[in-house]
Amino acid sequence: MDWIALRLSLELAAWTAAVLLPLGMLIARELAWRPRAGRAWFEAMVALPLVLPPTVLGYYLLSMFGGTTWIGQAYQALVGRPLAFSFQGLLLASVVFNLPFAVQPMQRAFEAIPRDVREAAWVSGLSHWRTFWRVELPLAWTGVVSSMVLTVAHTVGEFGVVLMMGGNIPGQTRTISIAIYDRVQAFDDRAAALMSALLLGFSLVAIAVVYGLSDRRARA
Amino acid sequence: MAQVTSSMPVAVRLSLSGLIALLGGLLLLAPRPGPVRAAEVPVVAAAADLQFALAEVAEAFSRATSLRVRLALGSSGNFTRQIIQGAPFEVFFSADEGYVRELAERSLTADNGRIYAIGRLVLYAPTGSPVQADPDMDDLAAAVADGRLRKLAIANPDHAPYGRAARAALTRKGLWEKLQGRLVFGENISQAAQFALSGTVEAGVIAQSLAISDRMARAGTFAVLHPSLYPPLRQKMVLLRGAGQTARRFYEYVQSEPARAAFERYGFALPTKAD
Repeated sequence: MDWIALRLSLELAAWTAAVLLPLGMLIARELAWRPRAGRAWFEAMVALPLVLPPTVLGYYLLSMFGGTTWIGQAYQALVGRPLAFSFQGLLLASVVFNLPFAVQPMQRAFEAIPRDVREAAWVSGLSHWRTFWRVELPLAWTGVVSSMVLTVAHTVGEFGVVLMMGGNIPGQTRTISIAIYDRVQAFDDRAAALMSALLLGFSLVAIAVVYGLSDRRARA
Repeated sequence: MAQVTSSMPVAVRLSLSGLIALLGGLLLLAPRPGPVRAAEVPVVAAAADLQFALAEVAEAFSRATSLRVRLALGSSGNFTRQIIQGAPFEVFFSADEGYVRELAERSLTADNGRIYAIGRLVLYAPTGSPVQADPDMDDLAAAVADGRLRKLAIANPDHAPYGRAARAALTRKGLWEKLQGRLVFGENISQAAQFALSGTVEAGVIAQSLAISDRMARAGTFAVLHPSLYPPLRQKMVLLRGAGQTARRFYEYVQSEPARAAFERYGFALPTKAD
């Protein structure tokens, strides 16, 4: 059992969720409430990581942020270490490939709030901020929680992009899903079996939570 | 991008460029998590044939010096690409000389490297396989002709030196063309060995250092291939640019007597003074 890899996965998942909670919510509200020309393209861009092979995403991320590109070199000059094959690089990749998982459940939840409800709050003298906290969030919270659970579960499980952008470096970019691959190659079936069982249980619980929340919303 | 109107909630009144700046800031601020901060534990990139031998050497190094290194195992070609793109390895153990030369030419290394071992290829047949392992692969040739061999595992010759050596040996025996469609490529030699171990192929051309590990020795038989069948796998290690003190001491340790003895135990030939 590779505890360092497990911890790394959980840290990556927590940071990804921390970035995508505000970012995903902004995008979700834009998409839910502000119809305008080109929205289909914007939505398609957000959803793209769902259908793109992880290798395509990994390839583009490496070509954009690798140590031989100008962005990669500028980052290295600024921060003193390369972006690719680092935790920060993984986090960047993780934010990109989780975008649809974070945005879509929140978007559905915000879409379900009728405009009248928000207008009623505004004419009652609530500021937009207070409307957001007192009216929108209480109505949409199941979608917000679903999106965060999906983001965390998907981060822990992602393999292809992590391998390409992170490179399986122990203690730095070897997440638990990469550690399983690594252990199989090392003929260490016991560790691979243990970690696989852990991820199986974790994923099942995560999906059950998401379905439980959506049932709750359907009944509400 | 976003049309800013007074009816927009505050939270939405952020332009997309502001968002990108926010995201960039968060990325910069994100701390390296706990285990990562251990910069005094250098990461060593090593060809996958060193899976067991180098793990043993690293353990002996820790006992002797109370310093630690972390091993990342994979194909030499893959590591070379990662090092060119800025991966933070401090020492690189290639399974050949060519990749080290390539890195040195790009000024990514701290020295020109040293040969630490010479690798040997074996033909491995898992228990129950209809193929017999012999040093000249004669039974393999017969099995290719009569259909006993359905799949043969080797490492990917495009980026794994052991895969290249296997291709050379199979070509020398006139089998390469006949094997097209029956080869299973491991991403590195360890994965090829794992395919052979799992019994999903009838045979594998793999590294001796893996075949003599307990797990593999128990699950099959192997024969060391005749050295005239392939160019020698002169395995070179090199200190990478930016290598720290621990990495340098490990590099020295690998050239010491106990380390050389470990390599020999795992079936490597040792370099002579001339190397």
